[in-house]
Amino acid sequence: MRIRISHTIGYEYAEPARHITQILRLTPRDHDGQHVMSWRIEPNVDGRLRASQDAHGNIVHSFYADGPISSLAIRIDGLIETIDLAGVVRGGLERVPCEVYCRDTLLTGQDEALRSFADAVTAGAGTPLSQMHALMNAVGDRMGCLEASGRSGVGAAAAFAAREAIAQDIAHVFMACARHLGLPARYVSGYVAQSDSLPHGNGAHAWAEVHLEDYGWIGFDCANGLCPIDTHVRVAIGLDYADAAPVRGSRQGGEGENLSVLVSARETEGRFANQ
Amino acid sequence: MVAFDEMSGSGAELRPAYEALDRWLKEAPPEMLALRRSQAELFFRRIGITFAVYGDEESTERLIPFDIIPRVLTKPEWTKLEAGLRQRVTALNMFLADVYGPKECLKAGIIPPDLVYRNACYQLEMVDFKVPHGIYCHIAGIDVVRVDADTFYVLEDNARTPSGVSYMMENREVMLRLFPELFSTHRVAPVDNYPDQLLATLRSVAPRSASSDPTICLLTPGQYNSAFYEHSFLADKLGVELVEGSDLLVKDDVVYMRTTQGPKRVDVIYRRIDDDFIDPLAFRSDSVLGVPGIIGAYKAGNVTLANAVGTGVADDKAVYSYMPEIVKFFTGEEPILKNVPTFRCREPEANAYVLDNLDKLVVKEVNGSGGYGMLVGPHANKAQIETFRRKLKAQPEGFIAQPTLALSTCPTFVASGVAPRHVDLRPYVLSGANGISCVPGGLTRVALKEGSLVVNSSQGGGTKDTWVLDA
Repeated sequence: MRIRISHTIGYEYAEPARHITQILRLTPRDHDGQHVMSWRIEPNVDGRLRASQDAHGNIVHSFYADGPISSLAIRIDGLIETIDLAGVVRGGLERVPCEVYCRDTLLTGQDEALRSFADAVTAGAGTPLSQMHALMNAVGDRMGCLEASGRSGVGAAAAFAAREAIAQDIAHVFMACARHLGLPARYVSGYVAQSDSLPHGNGAHAWAEVHLEDYGWIGFDCANGLCPIDTHVRVAIGLDYADAAPVRGSRQGGEGENLSVLVSARETEGRFANQ
Repeated sequence: MVAFDEMSGSGAELRPAYEALDRWLKEAPPEMLALRRSQAELFFRRIGITFAVYGDEESTERLIPFDIIPRVLTKPEWTKLEAGLRQRVTALNMFLADVYGPKECLKAGIIPPDLVYRNACYQLEMVDFKVPHGIYCHIAGIDVVRVDADTFYVLEDNARTPSGVSYMMENREVMLRLFPELFSTHRVAPVDNYPDQLLATLRSVAPRSASSDPTICLLTPGQYNSAFYEHSFLADKLGVELVEGSDLLVKDDVVYMRTTQGPKRVDVIYRRIDDDFIDPLAFRSDSVLGVPGIIGAYKAGNVTLANAVGTGVADDKAVYSYMPEIVKFFTGEEPILKNVPTFRCREPEANAYVLDNLDKLVVKEVNGSGGYGMLVGPHANKAQIETFRRKLKAQPEGFIAQPTLALSTCPTFVASGVAPRHVDLRPYVLSGANGISCVPGGLTRVALKEGSLVVNSSQGGGTKDTWVLDA
């Protein structure tokens, strides 16, 4: 599937910002299931944009701008070719040993309720792969998926107790369970192309990947109840949301920030991003 | 358990290092000693050298008790100890360079990979990053304890932001003022050149982009940190600016310090903020103590952080148990300093033994420090032991256990007169591009409660001046 993505992250400041620093994880890489045909990332104010790579191999842009800045928009335009590999991720850049992804983090810390849930729902399943499918379905059944706009994450344990959460926390719940079961699990932030068959996450979305002995990394999208197909575009991975967040920023001044996000990811026939 | 006494050995003898001190203690009028003790306390109050005890609402700032009887080491004792410390710190730095680089020690099976990879202190940001001049642990505080005339054990390698060196210096200052006569009868190696050595170390590791006169600052979490006194003390002695996160600014991957003359580029930061809080854009985003973007500047090679980010993986208590093998692997030598025998609770057999012998062992959290989260079996009550039993069953990999050691004792003033109390020693070892240095002695901590083995100031410990006799 050829997917065109346009994503604008806009900030308005009631009081102009004197200086803005942002760390952007908004640029996908190639792997067997996706090929980046074109990609542009462009802030609308003057500043310095420097590309580097983080520990996980994500492409990271550091953006520094001096004020006064009363509004800032980061605009992303891209065209991606994807193929359906039933969630299997191969041929990508793997910088750290998968064992690293067994770590618990602040957002994936487990409590007793989560642990017994993970044990119970995977008890009947045979192979680790079928355990993970059972876990994905059970997490999907239990957790209502909330719209992300205006909400921020609360972490796996709190989300699990609340029985409803935004997509990033549903991924955290799944990861916390998988890690409890001894499997390396990681967070994926990305896009999902608009589709009638997928109830959640048209536009920006988040899911999880688990490392299984005979398969390598496999994606699990609990909110949509499937392993990622050609509708899914992987952008960044990490130990949790904080580690893979699309934007981490800080500013001096700029009180009264107002955030607006416009995102569209659609299947297209066009060959160029601007068509 | 009869402990080795630094003055009287097994009890009957008088060890040579303490001969003159013993004479002095016997001859000095008790009123004079009592007067000097109160003068010492007054002195510490006046200079305001205090520390904060977390979890104690009554008094957030306390005076750390100071004992006027020094702890004495002979030159030969120190020479051997120092050789062991240099070897240990060399190995720590090589280990860090290896786990963040080629990982030879993991490939060779010296240490289980999951202890490194699953360790929250193993900072992924540091993987394949070359730190300036190849040095990670610029300032180490290696806690050692003595069990007999010849044997020192390493209790802990503090490779993150070890504190206490200001007490080492202030203790000497106080002793020089109160007992000048003792320093005329003893040739005590000086410690007051520590700031010069620290400054030379920090200058030596400046990035290559820096001028020959690099700008250095000391980054503190602020006045609410338990070691804030030390931060301001050291900045003053070093002659560098004491800054908080909000005093620094990162622009285009370069760190600047706000000054009255405008922004000034910073080359080396002696940081006393933990990894997790140093950069809200790289680590904990809720940190208000750190400097946004400082990790970007660090990784661009524009600033040196001392200590480097990610040194915590080397002083982790689970990694500690592998230190003898680590020393041997990297230096090719037998370790000069021993490790305390350690049960790794992650190993089921060891954990079973520990659970059966909780009343005899010291159990420590793998990631705890400062005496918090620790069980001293022989001194614990039933409830405390049961709490730890539950913790050990729920999360065995979070703990190690060690036999209770007969830490050496040293004569100490107590309410009833002079009595032996258990002591440890934290020497400070500096590593720079200019080599390794270590001022003679270090900080002696003393457990003031009779029989107590916990010397941490947060748990009722005091300090003593530490003498290395030059002749």
